[in-house]
Amino acid sequence: MEATHALDHGHDHGPTTGLMRWVKSTNHKDIGTMYLWFAFIMLFAGGCLALLIRAELFQPGLQIVQPEFFNQLTTLHGLIMVFGAIMPAFVGFANWQVPMMIGAPDMAFPRMNNWSFWLLPVAGGMLIASFFVPGGASAGGWTMYPPLFLQGGISNDMTIFAVHILGVSSIMGAINIVTTILNMRAPGMTLMKMPLFVWTWLITAYLLIAVMPVLAGAVTMLLTDRHFGTHFFNAAGGGDPVMFQHIFWFFGHPEVYIMILPAFGIVSQIIPAFARKPLFGYASMVYATASIAILSFIVWAHHMFTTGMPTSAQLFFMYATMLIAVPTGVKVFNWVATMWRGSMTFETPMLFAIGFVCLFTIGGFTGLVLAITPVDIQLQDTYYVVAHFHYVLVSGALYAIFAGVYFWLPKWTGHMYDEKLGKWHFWLSTIFFNILFFPMHFLGLAGMPRRIPDYALQFADFNAMATVGAFGFGLSQLILLVVVLKCIKGGEKAAGHTWEGAESLEWTHLSSPPPYHSFVIPPNVK
Amino acid sequence: MADAQQQNTTVLKKLIIVTVLMFGFGFLLVPFYKKICEVTGISKDKITVSNTQMDPARWVSIEFDANVGKDLPWKFEPMTARLRVHPGELKQVMYRVVNTTNRTIVGQAIPSYGPMRAGGFFKKIECFCFSEQTLKPGEEKFMPVQFVIQNDLPKDVHTITLSYTFYEQVKAGNAS
Repeated sequence: MEATHALDHGHDHGPTTGLMRWVKSTNHKDIGTMYLWFAFIMLFAGGCLALLIRAELFQPGLQIVQPEFFNQLTTLHGLIMVFGAIMPAFVGFANWQVPMMIGAPDMAFPRMNNWSFWLLPVAGGMLIASFFVPGGASAGGWTMYPPLFLQGGISNDMTIFAVHILGVSSIMGAINIVTTILNMRAPGMTLMKMPLFVWTWLITAYLLIAVMPVLAGAVTMLLTDRHFGTHFFNAAGGGDPVMFQHIFWFFGHPEVYIMILPAFGIVSQIIPAFARKPLFGYASMVYATASIAILSFIVWAHHMFTTGMPTSAQLFFMYATMLIAVPTGVKVFNWVATMWRGSMTFETPMLFAIGFVCLFTIGGFTGLVLAITPVDIQLQDTYYVVAHFHYVLVSGALYAIFAGVYFWLPKWTGHMYDEKLGKWHFWLSTIFFNILFFPMHFLGLAGMPRRIPDYALQFADFNAMATVGAFGFGLSQLILLVVVLKCIKGGEKAAGHTWEGAESLEWTHLSSPPPYHSFVIPPNVK
Repeated sequence: MADAQQQNTTVLKKLIIVTVLMFGFGFLLVPFYKKICEVTGISKDKITVSNTQMDPARWVSIEFDANVGKDLPWKFEPMTARLRVHPGELKQVMYRVVNTTNRTIVGQAIPSYGPMRAGGFFKKIECFCFSEQTLKPGEEKFMPVQFVIQNDLPKDVHTITLSYTFYEQVKAGNAS
């Protein structure tokens, strides 16, 4: 614990130079930056896989890849985007923002923070390397269902280990965040005064601690089934493959809220800042977040309506799932009410935040449609499901990440980003996003199955459209890369209080960029 | 500040305990799941024939299917592909299995039903799937299945597919 002594004495030294600054860093800002860059790189890696998928689906028939490889692409696209891009990006935000927003000098366990980051490149590298082992990467879908996952080659073992490592990293990150928020708030910063981003991360971190170990258990069972003669999921030995789905989704459903609650938090910071009004219904936002988290534990079987559950169980999970729409609706209405009669301006962060509210709500509605058991039995494993979860994960989680990046880039780098390029990025992304994913609703309703490299002729037009949208959307993300690089290199100096409507501590108390060690002396919060 | 350090460590310890407990909870879901299946009757291990009264007015088609699991070099087929029965009627069909290798192999057949909910009404009196089957090199075996379709089979079920898959029994062992 010597690492934290530096904080005690409050040396105001800058970072050491060179590569070792990053390798050995225990500074929350450095680690946050590394998390965000890692997520950005993984976003492009997962995006390239997605573009290969869409290229193959441009026309019916097999043109570019073989079915075996296509299955590897869908599997790894899912794993990389979920565990490599979205989750690390949010942890990156937490690292940068949580200490600054609560007036803490750093995270509670700076060395553990360093460790939890450096596990990520190992796991990410292992996932990508699995493409190059005999038999290719895992091809049974990102959900790793047995019996398929019990068969297959060494890449499945690599995937299992990668998931283990990612799990350890997430749990350490979550423990760090919980401890920081509970113990290191500035005097006067009571729980109900915390910015909503901090609240959503506190709840997300608890979710992570609760369910990542369950995922670790599930993949451990897969591993022992594969190599050590157990029969958890092996029908020949008295096991049951459906049981894996129950355990996996007990993790998997809270996981989807792990990926969206921090997004709610970011949007709840941005909308009041650009509407120049305090957030409408702060307390109800906190309670809504908590109820979503609690409800997320009792809805998992809506992912498995077609596995042959008793009707009573189907009904329970259907109604429980629909119940989640209530707190989520509270949030959406609160955001709209915050904007109501506000003095709104539409800088890029606000555009992405409004885009989030509109498009995420569409994804929420299709989720409600899929929650209806008889409809779900019809739409299970079709492109309707693909459309649904991309609306909540791309225009939900990813848009919130974009919004947050634009919002805090001036704070992080000390320079204003290029507003013009930012607007281009937003509009091109939003247009191409809808060209890409909206037709998938129709494809799914018409019965096109997901995860299949070929399709019937009547699906050709919408698929061609989606592929055009995919390349447009993918290429638009290069604009963000340019914006970020330009902003790091220089540009107009950003004021400490960059957005005059923003009221959390990092804006009101710190310069842009903030000193390497900020809040060595805790601020007084009124 | 040393005090703050102490507080942080306390929270860390508590959260690590939660993590370990949740890891254990994942494994606890296994027996929990088995119990739920037993209590709700989803599991079809128990065989009780409640009513053997035949219903001559009603016909149900039974289709027989046979598969072998991955890497099991056995030939396995039903001698009757399709049969029409009355609910409550006792019937017997034969399956043929041949070990095409030159080693002795122990196999276990696992049944499944289509539609799945019909499984609960498909009562077997005698079946080769009740126990492991050992086949010597090149051995051929004819094995019976005796069954009754229960009278309370839902009215909308007209066809039931009974499908067996033989798996090689590698090691004796059980999940639970």
